[in-house]
Amino acid sequence: MAETILFYALAITAFSAAFAVVLQKSALGSAFALIVVLCSLSAIYGLLGSPILATLQIVIYAGAVMVLFLFVIMLLDVRREKGGGGPRSFVPLALLFAGLLVLQVGAVLVGSELVPQSAPFDGSAKAFARRLFSQDYVYVFEATSVLIVAALAGALALARRRR
Amino acid sequence: MSETLLRHALALSLALFAVGAVGVLLRRNVITVLMCIELMLNAANLALVAFSRSWAAVDGHVMALFVLTVAASEAAVGLAIVIALQRARDTLDVDAFDELRG
Repeated sequence: MAETILFYALAITAFSAAFAVVLQKSALGSAFALIVVLCSLSAIYGLLGSPILATLQIVIYAGAVMVLFLFVIMLLDVRREKGGGGPRSFVPLALLFAGLLVLQVGAVLVGSELVPQSAPFDGSAKAFARRLFSQDYVYVFEATSVLIVAALAGALALARRRR
Repeated sequence: MSETLLRHALALSLALFAVGAVGVLLRRNVITVLMCIELMLNAANLALVAFSRSWAAVDGHVMALFVLTVAASEAAVGLAIVIALQRARDTLDVDAFDELRG
């Protein structure tokens, strides 16, 4: 019961903060709203039985990625930017697109049967690591390390000041 | 975790994704657009974790970790591009960068 109440509280927090990300005038406001979304999602991961992902969400997303965003926002001083700008001409079109997306995926969601397996679910860090470093995923895992090095080199090359 | 809760977790994921998509389409500031993309990636992650729970297999969590890694790399490269664009054009308005539209 407590689990249910907690889930809905977190879901409402995440959803309203997501709206704030889109509606905030300043990029700084959006960034802080996004941090609220990320922290609520981390707690939801915890409720869904994955303490390791909850931790990684806080450390990588709310920590590293958002600090990077805030750093760039402060560095570029986006406050002088005309924040939301004038309303774009395709606001109704964008809302229509979102409505169609929700209808379509929602219909699939309502129509599908989602049967939670009765097998005991082990989402502990140990089970997670065993799966991650098993034959199935170890090459993908190694590939992500190449991706990170490439991203690092790319970011350095792009942000370097040209003479 | 009951079936209803899992279903509502998926509904939340859908809602977050739609809000993020609207943000990507409507916001003018490049940095806010990038943040909305992060929001959409997080919505996908939530769906992965919920399905993982529903299948009682940990594979969805592994996928979510890979999404997390790609999102972090994307943020680093994306923000570097934003800095380069700001230097080149002295603006962050996405409509100023539309040469590739053709």
